[in-house]
Amino acid sequence: MLEDFFIRALIAGLGIAIVTGPLGCFVIWRRLSYFGDTLAHSALLGVTLAYTLEFNIAISVFIISSLIALILIDLQKRTNLPGDALLGLLAHSSLAVGLVVIGFLTFIRFDIMGLLFGDILAVTINDIFIIWIGGPLILIILKLIWKALFASTVNYELAEAEGLNPDRAKAIFTILMAGIIAISIKMVGLLLITGMLIIPAAMARNISSSPQMMVIYSVIGGLLSVILGLLTSLEFNTASGPSIIAAALFLFVLSLLKIKQSIKLKN
Amino acid sequence: MNSNQNILVKLKQASFRINNKWLVKDVSLEIEKGRIVTLIGPNGSGKSTTAKIVLGIYKKIDGKVEKYTNKVGYVPQKISIDWTLPLRVRDFMVLTENLKEEAINDALSLTGVIHLKDKNLGDLSGGEFQRVLIARAISKKPELLVLDEPVQGVDFTGEIVLYKLIKKISDELNCGILLISHDLHTVMSATDHVVCLNGHVCCSGSPIEVAKNNEYKALFGEQASQILSRYEHRHDHIHTNEGEIKKN
Repeated sequence: MLEDFFIRALIAGLGIAIVTGPLGCFVIWRRLSYFGDTLAHSALLGVTLAYTLEFNIAISVFIISSLIALILIDLQKRTNLPGDALLGLLAHSSLAVGLVVIGFLTFIRFDIMGLLFGDILAVTINDIFIIWIGGPLILIILKLIWKALFASTVNYELAEAEGLNPDRAKAIFTILMAGIIAISIKMVGLLLITGMLIIPAAMARNISSSPQMMVIYSVIGGLLSVILGLLTSLEFNTASGPSIIAAALFLFVLSLLKIKQSIKLKN
Repeated sequence: MNSNQNILVKLKQASFRINNKWLVKDVSLEIEKGRIVTLIGPNGSGKSTTAKIVLGIYKKIDGKVEKYTNKVGYVPQKISIDWTLPLRVRDFMVLTENLKEEAINDALSLTGVIHLKDKNLGDLSGGEFQRVLIARAISKKPELLVLDEPVQGVDFTGEIVLYKLIKKISDELNCGILLISHDLHTVMSATDHVVCLNGHVCCSGSPIEVAKNNEYKALFGEQASQILSRYEHRHDHIHTNEGEIKKN
């Protein structure tokens, strides 16, 4: 029989994969992988804050990540530094500050490895609720801004000229990114969330010829990665996050075979 | 208030600058339903900038911009599509508005690229892509069509066909068109109103008026002003459907 904690982790993981699939496609299309990293790193600060104030982790992470995103947008307007430098600045300083704060919290025992790489044992019924309420909410909002976001990803001026309000869509998407990081941090861990966003979507890119197809394959890839990863994690007692990401990598490598084939066909 | 029901966009002494450099200054023009307004002028004279002011892409405008429509179709001068996106022509057609299959087919047929519908956008040639861009802009039946050098890269015969198509669209949809073109010859033949730009409006009016204008001659040279007269000479006859030539 499967253990309860495993079933919980599976339900939580599948809920996350459904959301990271479409979001991950946009992360790839809009070249936001480093941006995702920055938000994820800042999540550590959110977690420590949650422990200090005895607050819900997901909500706390969501608030801090959104805040970091706002600071980033502000810094982009105010300074002449290139975007990637600003991202690096925020990513590492928020990670550093988070770790320093943990150093001060000697009265709480922290499972740092769990925070960084995810811990299936830590998934509670409560977390499942947050994932299965927050996740669909993220998807519904994404569906609403899809047209504007996608059109402006293809060409900003076209979207703007034809009245789709791309700036608003971009701002909302940023919040959605903070949202997915908040609900998946316990499961995947903050160092690997971006992997969960990018790798299944990258796999999907290799085998898709249309945006819709890429989103569907990305979701399927994510779901398979979670199932495969968690089974491995159970079998070999490895950390859940790395196991899921490794499974996703495995699927990505498989998708490369398909690329090779189609290139051969073309020639 | 919009006193004239046919006016779609009205610029009144619109000026736009980036970092204290004026890209255009004091541009006034009106685009009405069913009429084609063409912008001409040398490189860097502010043609695309003016188009972007009309479209609302540039927002901090000095002067007045009045816009009375939201149904806009746009063919940008430069468009770089990121190939990290798997995008077929049919996906691109519904980029900003959901269309029925029929409307997509009609538009692609009109510009002669229906056979490319399932092709990846990245695999098209420059001219093919340009035709797809035009098809996308007209497929949503806009009230205002802004075409920034729409036929660049299109072969010569295609160019003539597409310009005819643009004229036809303007008549059939009764939409206002803002056209930017380098091809003075075509411009002068298919346009209701010409605005000659050089950072500011150096002259405007009907094609004949503009061609006679001294500033226009100074900008484009004496030869350019003869294009129109040559054009007029050439079309002292009409081609009937049977291929006969009839004198007017």
